[in-house]
Amino acid sequence: MYQRSVELAVGVFMLLGMGALIFLALQVSGLTTDSQKESYRVYAQFDDLGGLSLRGRVSLAGVTVGKVSAISLDKKSYSALVEMEIYSDVDNLTADSVASIQTSGLLGDKYVAISVGADEEYLTDGDTIFDTQSALNLEKLIGAFASGQAKL
Amino acid sequence: MEFIRRTGRTSMEFAASLGRSGVFLLRAVFGLALSLNGLKLLVAQMYRIGVLSLIIIVVSGLFIGMVLGLQGYSILVDYGSEQAVGQMVALTLVRELGPVVTALLFAGRAGSALTAEIGLMKATEQLSSMEMMGVDPLRRVIAPRFWAGFISMPLLAVIFSAVGIFGGMLVSVDWLGVFEGAYWSNMQSSVEFEGDVVNGIVKSVVFGLVCTWIAIYQGYDLVPTSQGISIATTKTVVYSSLSVLGLDFLLTAVMFGSI
Repeated sequence: MYQRSVELAVGVFMLLGMGALIFLALQVSGLTTDSQKESYRVYAQFDDLGGLSLRGRVSLAGVTVGKVSAISLDKKSYSALVEMEIYSDVDNLTADSVASIQTSGLLGDKYVAISVGADEEYLTDGDTIFDTQSALNLEKLIGAFASGQAKL
Repeated sequence: MEFIRRTGRTSMEFAASLGRSGVFLLRAVFGLALSLNGLKLLVAQMYRIGVLSLIIIVVSGLFIGMVLGLQGYSILVDYGSEQAVGQMVALTLVRELGPVVTALLFAGRAGSALTAEIGLMKATEQLSSMEMMGVDPLRRVIAPRFWAGFISMPLLAVIFSAVGIFGGMLVSVDWLGVFEGAYWSNMQSSVEFEGDVVNGIVKSVVFGLVCTWIAIYQGYDLVPTSQGISIATTKTVVYSSLSVLGLDFLLTAVMFGSI
């Protein structure tokens, strides 16, 4: 009888540990099957990333539609080449879409915002977005005002 | 001359003790009998080392999470970003405090008890009478205790982190009024499973190995007198705590140093 209650207690302990691990995985780190969602790759060139980092959000109308999967320097044009993985169920981004780097809140993370155009053709795997806007550089902006180059 | 001789003797003793404990660890690791009887011994030790430590782990986890929530809130509210309190509580607990505080409590609660128990068995010659009867004390006494500690420690650390995050939510959401959705979503966007949770578990596995190893070795290797038991118990707690803190720095530097 004693042995049985001991075994029961140890079993409950093991289950508690597993439960806590599952809690940490699902609720705390937000591990879902979403991260293995099928996606296709789209490229964009920016003059200035302004702190955009890997795994950054790609959003359309505020909804996350993908993530930044690679950042590299394009040696020919001296600009930044950003590779984005867009979820496959968002397959109707027009070919004349505009990609811009924006900040969530005043001091938040940088993310890529996509706004669609009116083209009949859609972006497919390996395509490039040509129309881009770089990150708004606060220091440059303040510098321009301070030296009197910009007028309100 | 005398000084040099003493240095030599101390380092030789140190090397010998290191070698003895290494061989001892290997024998303890492979000593567990994979039979029904061996598993019964393991379960009995899991109960005493793991289950009975559960209360102190849960209570301290709850309070540490609540303190983190309170402190984090009072600092972050100055910057108007009190929503980030969930992220702060979770990262602190999962990366650092969960494994480290659990290991320190474990060394105090279970490690010292292991040393004292094995030491008293040695002092009252229970271990040598087992040998006389043809029972290997390493298989019968040491190996189940080692494995029980090694398995219990990561489980306790994970429970500690989970309870702490819950405690942080209790204070910041229910008491101080942080929006609950922001508490969880900020946490989920910043905590990574591979990077943070798994590394925290790796840490607690290492701490579990080290704490249990020190505890059983100190018990097995002590001078079999009442004073020897008291010295060995103190050594267990001191050595375990120091090596946990030192190893934690090393592991953190390897895991998160590049960020």
